[in-house]
Amino acid sequence: MIEVKHLCKSFEGKRVLKDINATFEDGKINLIIGQSGSGKTVLMKNLVGLLEPTCGEVLYDGRNFASMNKREKIKMYREMGMIFQSAALFDSMSVLENVMFPLDMFSPMPQRDRVKRAQECLARVNLMDAQNKQSGELSGGMQKRVAIARAIVMNPKYLFCDEPNSGLDPKTSLVIDELLSGITKEFGMTTIINTHDMNSVMGIGEKIIFLYKGRVEWTGTKDDIMSSENKRLNDLVFASDLFKKVKEVENEAENEE
Amino acid sequence: MVKLIVKNLTVFGSYLILMGRTFRRPERMRMFLKRYVKEMAQLGVDSIPIVLLISFFIGAVICIQMKLNIASAWMPKWTTGYVTREILLLEFSSSIMCLILAGKVGSNIASELGTMRVTQQIDALDIMGVNSASYLILPKVAGLVTIMPFLVIFSSVFGILGAYGTAFFGKVLSPQDLTIGLQHSFNAWFMWMSIIKSLFFAFIIASVSSYFGYSVKGGSFEVGKASTDAVVSSSVLVLFSDVFLTQILSQI
Repeated sequence: MIEVKHLCKSFEGKRVLKDINATFEDGKINLIIGQSGSGKTVLMKNLVGLLEPTCGEVLYDGRNFASMNKREKIKMYREMGMIFQSAALFDSMSVLENVMFPLDMFSPMPQRDRVKRAQECLARVNLMDAQNKQSGELSGGMQKRVAIARAIVMNPKYLFCDEPNSGLDPKTSLVIDELLSGITKEFGMTTIINTHDMNSVMGIGEKIIFLYKGRVEWTGTKDDIMSSENKRLNDLVFASDLFKKVKEVENEAENEE
Repeated sequence: MVKLIVKNLTVFGSYLILMGRTFRRPERMRMFLKRYVKEMAQLGVDSIPIVLLISFFIGAVICIQMKLNIASAWMPKWTTGYVTREILLLEFSSSIMCLILAGKVGSNIASELGTMRVTQQIDALDIMGVNSASYLILPKVAGLVTIMPFLVIFSSVFGILGAYGTAFFGKVLSPQDLTIGLQHSFNAWFMWMSIIKSLFFAFIIASVSSYFGYSVKGGSFEVGKASTDAVVSSSVLVLFSDVFLTQILSQI
């Protein structure tokens, strides 16, 4: 379980995260939602150690990440997979080499087994045919799928996804959501996703943390969202006509009952 | 003024910290060797055509200039060849060639690493638990330091061929006079001086450019700025260290 306690982060005196307290549950898809600039990415970077918290702590199974020594941190990193907003594939490598990279660096497996494992992961994201392509030749959705394959190749315990659907069309976003949801169940991972895509929230979110101006404004499940009285959350979630209509239909159904 | 000093000291400190992270034992020697060979090809072998081209023509021009400006009735005929050789060996093939390479190789390194930074590829390496500085920078530094002496030797040889070109085709001086001049009072240490200097310059170019590329913050505008900073800083440092190295090595 990942716990965040009294976390804050400042950049040149400007506070971006303010006293964040949150728990990310094991084996579930935890979503961090919020408007652009609410601090989602900064929170995720603090979770994975790309940024050092200004105050507070991030606890992995009760152990503070910031106070771990270098060896412990590297061990911890082996238990993490991350999908970046830009996919962050190595553009000098082919798709297969990208997925094999963590194995090449850290796995004692022989070459044949490493290739086999990478191909299994590519097959899981339906990209076996693209294994010899360069990453730059792929579409945005395919790049995200390769990033997913690379993130899961070492069987991580924690999967972090920073805006996995950004820049993708709704249909491809759905494919990515289904993949993330399927993989989380299949591998029993703890998945943490940053998003402002409400389709993802209603589709795959199990635990939702709503950030507003660097603070945790609301926490709950996707079912709680529909009945939430929090105005700021409602402003974000029901900003789209589609969700407004969903809520209206739900309200009508409740009234009829 | 104080601000400028503090800023430069901060940059130097950050550079030293980065070098501290860079010069660590590679996590996987196989991966390091793969990248080392690739960097030697990318930074060194790919630079051979430009080095040969520039050296050939500069060698020819030095020879013509020496003949026009130094040669006189009371100077031996071999003076032109002698001075051409000394200039090529002592300064052009090591220092000036490295300055030219600082432009080509330095901008290449800084823009490659800068782009990797802004597209989060370096973050991806860090998240995997890879020492990104060592993985990315060490092969570049080692590769350029390895290949640079060869580039210096090729440069000297092609500079001399350029001088012969003026003798054979331009009839600026006779090939015999040029040959006598090139062989006159040859000191093999000058060749070693040139090679030793180039090793230092290669280290400066690769490490300084890597620092600017690796430390990029922001977007594509900053990548361009880092590339310019890398070329300017490594060129200035090459020139600065040339003064000290020449003085030190001349006294040995």
